[in-house]
Amino acid sequence: MVKMIVKRFLQTIPTLFIVVTITFCLTRMLPGDPAVAILGIEARQEDVEAMRIKMNLDKPLPEQYKSYLAGLATGDFGYSYSYRQNVFPLIASRVPNTLNLTMAALFFALLTGGVVGIVAALCQNTLFDYIFMVLALIGVSMPIFWLALMLVLQFSVKMNLLPVMGMGDMSKGLGDVLRHMILPGFCLATIPMATFARTIRSGMIDTLSSDYVRCLRARGIKKWKVVMIHCLKNSLPPLVTVLGLQIANTFTGAIITEGIFSWPGMGTMINTAINNRDYSLIQGTVLFSAIMFVFCNMLVDIAYMMLNPKVRAGKG
Amino acid sequence: MGETRQEDLLGSEANMAMLLKERKANSAWNKLKRNKTAVIGFVIVVFMAAAAIFAPLLAPYAPNAINPGIPFKGIGYQGHLLGTDDLGRDILSRMIYGARVSLLVAVGATLVGAGIGVLAGLIAGYCGGWLDTVLMRIMDGMFSFPFILLAMILITVLGNGIVNVIVAIGIANVPGFARVTRGQVIVVKEEEYCNACRVVGVSHAGLLFAHILPNCVSQIIVYGTLRIASAIISEASLSFLGLGIALPTASWGSILRVGRECLTTAPHVAGVAGIVVLVTVIGFNLLGDGIRDVMDPKMKQ
Repeated sequence: MVKMIVKRFLQTIPTLFIVVTITFCLTRMLPGDPAVAILGIEARQEDVEAMRIKMNLDKPLPEQYKSYLAGLATGDFGYSYSYRQNVFPLIASRVPNTLNLTMAALFFALLTGGVVGIVAALCQNTLFDYIFMVLALIGVSMPIFWLALMLVLQFSVKMNLLPVMGMGDMSKGLGDVLRHMILPGFCLATIPMATFARTIRSGMIDTLSSDYVRCLRARGIKKWKVVMIHCLKNSLPPLVTVLGLQIANTFTGAIITEGIFSWPGMGTMINTAINNRDYSLIQGTVLFSAIMFVFCNMLVDIAYMMLNPKVRAGKG
Repeated sequence: MGETRQEDLLGSEANMAMLLKERKANSAWNKLKRNKTAVIGFVIVVFMAAAAIFAPLLAPYAPNAINPGIPFKGIGYQGHLLGTDDLGRDILSRMIYGARVSLLVAVGATLVGAGIGVLAGLIAGYCGGWLDTVLMRIMDGMFSFPFILLAMILITVLGNGIVNVIVAIGIANVPGFARVTRGQVIVVKEEEYCNACRVVGVSHAGLLFAHILPNCVSQIIVYGTLRIASAIISEASLSFLGLGIALPTASWGSILRVGRECLTTAPHVAGVAGIVVLVTVIGFNLLGDGIRDVMDPKMKQ
């Protein structure tokens, strides 16, 4: 078991290396001259040249790649000229905001999606089941930035119930932060909620009709106990796979919707970076998101191993 | 088992007719027709595709005809069935022409992704060894980027425009197709008939494209249909962020972008465009699920 986890961990190293290389190639392919972007279009030619030398842009690509790797190893992600600070602390200051939002959304989605999925499986082929599965279908198909716009329109503009800008202030109490989180959180939770509900429902339907469940019921074990302990446990592995995909999905959703809610996270920063052609920041954010993804996938795989008794016993 | 049954049935002409009838009823198309939700999806997809193809005949106005006298008019205003936008352009016409761009991008991007991805998957799965490792590691690397982020960066590299959006979303789609194909190839290439082909001297390319690929196609079609749904959303997201189709070209995403800017004054602009996107995506999802159930009952959820 430990051996497998270590093996899975080591597998991330080549992937990380490829991620770094792809990021490097992509950012070198961005149009325009980074030196000009920093100094402005009216900069003098010799200043631009000096800047290019300072940024190592005069060297051949393999050299640049080497110094880029060396920089990364020491935590040097470069300098963001649009925010006028180093990229690494900038990203570090934004990541918690996005994580708060996405984790809250995923937690909410898991809870509601789970309950809906279980109930729908128990009332299979009833009206309740149909209604929820239609809602889930709409949920997975939702363009969430549109949902965000509609929520803002309904709850902030028309009803004036919830704030729409920023993420609130902890000094005004937790309530203020939570109130700011409701709309973006609900928005990001939509797709995962629908997906979890569908996954749990189909998993539960499979297990509910299996022999061991009938056997447990025949032994006189209460229905809720069979459902909540035995069935749920066996519906978990597919859910873990889906959860891994949904972490990625929610993060992607955050990139698109944070701007609508002026949420000061990674998403708004990535958009600013791209709009301002802030090369170091683009490179940093892209790389950072990819690394986060690689580790998320690794954690999901490890969780999957732990849940699967075949793997746990070292056979899988 | 199947053989003996067939022999028995072949005994009489009536049984032969029955066999043919049964085969016909079990054809993929007829199975799909019996699947109610798939039919709904199919109808939605055909409807949207028809709107896109016959746009010049259906649209009551030119999509870019500006009419500054009547901005932000609501639904049903003087012949403008879905109202007008900030420049007084007819939203219905823009939505119909937008269907052309959005569906073209979605289908095109999926084809680009499938073209490269399937080829990579075929080669990786068939050859195995170091080639497999190298190709799939690169795919893993590409998969590690959030989909929309990869598309955003590619657009920034390539620049705006329909073709570039197709290429950007298409490339971001490659690793998914490669994985699906490779997984299937690995199973199929061990089948008996593939060994038989090798024995009678079929070339590698012949085996790969004439025997292995056809047996992977059903999974690729299922995956592709579902990817079209997500490519529609990707196009809309990119254009919404100002990175995809640039105005004044009408695409569902660029209409949504206008809708965002006039959200408080004319909420119907964003409202209408979003509902159309949602319904279309539901259509492709239903169709994809339906095809999956028909092509491979084992995958049925």
